[in-house]
Amino acid sequence: MARTPIVFMLNGSERASFADPGQNLLEFLRRGVGDLSPKYGCGQGTCGACTVTIDGETQLSCLTLAESVAGKHVQTAAGLAAGATLHPLQEAFMENFAAQCGYCTPGMLISAKALLDRNPTPTREDVVEAISGNICRCTGYEPIIEAILAAAKGRARA
Amino acid sequence: MIQSVETHATLAEAQRAMGSDAIFMAGGTLVMRDVNAGVAATRIVRSSDPVLADIRLSGDGVTIGAGVTMATIAAHRDLAFLAPVARSVGGPQIRNMGTVGGNLFAPHPYGDFAVALLALGARVNVAGQIGAPRPLADVLRERGRVGIVASVHVPRPQAPGDFGFLKVSRIKPKGVSVLSVAAHLPRQGGRIRGARVAFGAMGPMPLQATAVERVLDGQALDAPTIARAAQVAVEGLDPPTDALATAWYRREVAGVHLKRLLERMVRG
Amino acid sequence: MTMEFRKEFFADERDDNLNEIGKPTRRQDILGHVTGRSPYFDDHLFDGLLHIRCVRSPHHHARIRRIDIAEAQNMPGVVRVLVGRDVPRNLNTLLSLLDFGIDDEPLLAETKVAYKGEPVAAVIAETEAQARAAVARVRVDWDVRPHVLDVEEAIKPGAPVVCEVYPANKFIYHGKYDHQKLRYGDVEAAFARADQIVEGRYQMSPIEQAPIETCGAIAAPETNDRYVCYTSTQALFFSLGTAAKLLTMPSNRLHFIGGTVGGGFGGKVDSLHEPLAILGAMLTGRPCKFAWDREEEMQVGAPRGAERWYIKDGVMRDGRIVARKFTGYFDSGAYTRLSSYAIIKGVGHLPGPYTIPNVYADVYCVYTNRTPATAMRGFGITGVDFAIEAHMDKVADTVGMNPIDLRILNAYRDGDMKAHRREAKNTALIECCQVVAEKAGIGLQASSRAASSLRDGGGERARLPAHTAVDQKGTVTGIDTGGYARKGGAAGRPAQPIQMPGFTMPAAASSARPPAPSPARPAAAASSQSTVPPPPPADPANTGDRPRQGAMRFSSISGLRRR
Repeated sequence: MARTPIVFMLNGSERASFADPGQNLLEFLRRGVGDLSPKYGCGQGTCGACTVTIDGETQLSCLTLAESVAGKHVQTAAGLAAGATLHPLQEAFMENFAAQCGYCTPGMLISAKALLDRNPTPTREDVVEAISGNICRCTGYEPIIEAILAAAKGRARA
Repeated sequence: MIQSVETHATLAEAQRAMGSDAIFMAGGTLVMRDVNAGVAATRIVRSSDPVLADIRLSGDGVTIGAGVTMATIAAHRDLAFLAPVARSVGGPQIRNMGTVGGNLFAPHPYGDFAVALLALGARVNVAGQIGAPRPLADVLRERGRVGIVASVHVPRPQAPGDFGFLKVSRIKPKGVSVLSVAAHLPRQGGRIRGARVAFGAMGPMPLQATAVERVLDGQALDAPTIARAAQVAVEGLDPPTDALATAWYRREVAGVHLKRLLERMVRG
Repeated sequence: MTMEFRKEFFADERDDNLNEIGKPTRRQDILGHVTGRSPYFDDHLFDGLLHIRCVRSPHHHARIRRIDIAEAQNMPGVVRVLVGRDVPRNLNTLLSLLDFGIDDEPLLAETKVAYKGEPVAAVIAETEAQARAAVARVRVDWDVRPHVLDVEEAIKPGAPVVCEVYPANKFIYHGKYDHQKLRYGDVEAAFARADQIVEGRYQMSPIEQAPIETCGAIAAPETNDRYVCYTSTQALFFSLGTAAKLLTMPSNRLHFIGGTVGGGFGGKVDSLHEPLAILGAMLTGRPCKFAWDREEEMQVGAPRGAERWYIKDGVMRDGRIVARKFTGYFDSGAYTRLSSYAIIKGVGHLPGPYTIPNVYADVYCVYTNRTPATAMRGFGITGVDFAIEAHMDKVADTVGMNPIDLRILNAYRDGDMKAHRREAKNTALIECCQVVAEKAGIGLQASSRAASSLRDGGGERARLPAHTAVDQKGTVTGIDTGGYARKGGAAGRPAQPIQMPGFTMPAAASSARPPAPSPARPAAAASSQSTVPPPPPADPANTGDRPRQGAMRFSSISGLRRR
């Protein structure tokens, strides 16, 4: 099987690895590149645990062909913090108890960041819509919605 | 198991590269599911042809490249009549990936966008095909052997209130269809002329409700007409039973939801 | 999140200077969650990791004539194909670790399958895609048998035998009954005195826990002849004990690492991934991952089981419930897993949070050709609580009372005797009902408003019934359930398996590979209350003193827990 070399940007730095034919971006990131923050939940595009951004747009890494990110910018939850300094969304998720088992959290954070990047002052409805592609089985969503709204408010003040 | 992924610069080349061992992939939301489950063909064929991303406005309508995503449609200034339909598909990530062309091939219970296109009387341009675009209903019937869709021509409703769409799902705001229904009801002098109504998740593919169209044609969109339309809603439809709803349930509620859609269109 | 504290209730039972209660506390693991660094089982990278996928039954019920793995073994990337005979001890039940129940379930089925999706072989390959491709090439020659999917159909004479260990499709309780009994007072006498009889039938479908992380495990050879196993289990020591048992390996050769679970909700309590992952690592010498995909999680992941309940109440005109009789059926699916224990918990909970002087229950753990059931939040309680509370509304409707007034009237209070013969303590149903009524704007009777959990309980209400009607209905003979049925450990257990005509039970600890049980039915179970005398007590002269295997005491089962 011919493997394809892929060079791309991951969380701001250049990375290269080989992809198997038909390998999805989730497996490529996790096992090929070693970024374990996107999670497998369904492999069918229904749970959102594998959400990443590709050139700023949220996409599902389990339904993305690995080789389609060649030359593109991929962002994952592992790249949200700047060194030891957490992203305001990460702080807000901690403050607002927006994670229990934590498995959906990386995907939630990416969906939330994509929202705030394009709409710094979202309404509650905007937040609900933005995370409608991410399933959480623990929290009942309310703490997550509160956290994203809190992060947006904090940012607006700054 | 996938042996190779090929990307072709033009649709014509991609069309030539197809075969029984190949599957054409656009956004990937359908094809990659099969790849992950190990049930896809052995070759993935893709194309970077710019025509796939093209949106061209003409006098009576718009031609949308098959690779245009739901998110692009939802945000496009000139496609406001399709924005609510595009927004009803999947969550934000799926809308950033899923395409117009792919939606025509979505198996039950997916394919809500195709339902709207069917009601609007869309026509399909197939790569490498000579002659006039094909009616969407024909393409949906033969979707296993239709070839690569290049673009879809969508007639624009003359008045915004002529077109309506309703998706019924158990989970809000994002959920899979119990059913969806779309209606295009052009009016002349207060009478409906050329009604087109289509249902999704009420058969193996989006289906036109011809009995409803016959009831509506030539009538004013008033309460008695709506009641008669609701009565014949499921004529000619063949709803499946799945994890979301039984065929019986879908038959029971189809008329109710058609009535709600038509009443909403009356209110404007 | 806003919490409301009703400090007017039970004020003298609580300090008001609490530091943690009533205040949100940050989870100790949340920093890992928000940075994507929490180490779930699959977040460990191994060079040369192999992938395991199972060949599964497409049928609800079938005999296996032959499994042909030749073609699959030669597929690209395939390292090995496992079948049942590769499993050192291919028969298990989770609760045998608590000395409760007979081994009834193979890790990989050898002779028959009893539910759709039951695994019969496992492919180990270099990539997951290769494992999937090879799974499709394993040929199984199926002899499809009639199946049964309904609990009441399954216990009718002539129903297909789902699990040969329990030929009547009913779990055997305490070595002698085909159901779990609760007898408290005399319901039939009370029904005769009651003003009204209210009956109802309630049922609940299986519910999948649907954690976002699917079940799985990665095992790898370690130094010192040990194996490390990263697992999604919710119950690390259950999983460790199960793996040690199925692999006939001392548990100190197994290094289990868990505790970071991507949602479980009960569905990861009886995890069966670790033994297969470790077996793969043992036989290939390489790290092996066995994880379900989403479809498997939904199809074969053990759900909260279906339940069906019949409730009959004797009610006085003023709304007092004087007798309550339950007949319950838990759908265990094809194997026991945790359903037998769920029933013990459920029966301990009857008749709900109400003081009813006469209570009776027959609850059956029934085998059907559905996915085996397991724990889910409120395990053993949720289904019957739904039935009880729906029935309370029906009773209220029948006697023409507000349903909240009816609940307060019948609510248990501190000091009342419960049907499981323990005094109720720290009750609060009355106060909960009062607050609910207030929030919902429902007016209550003056007596309901004045009621308190702290008053009017105990006394007469603390007395055990003067007479309790008992019976031997559903007695089963000739069953050796292992040690769990006899309190006090080794006593009462024959040294040899009991031999019954047409029904032989292996002693749980005596054979690493028990013989296939005979499919015949056990000696006829008595079905009337009076015709069959109780079985004689075990003859001490016949009892061996062989130690029980894995005999730890689980207090919730025996009811010996100190309060």
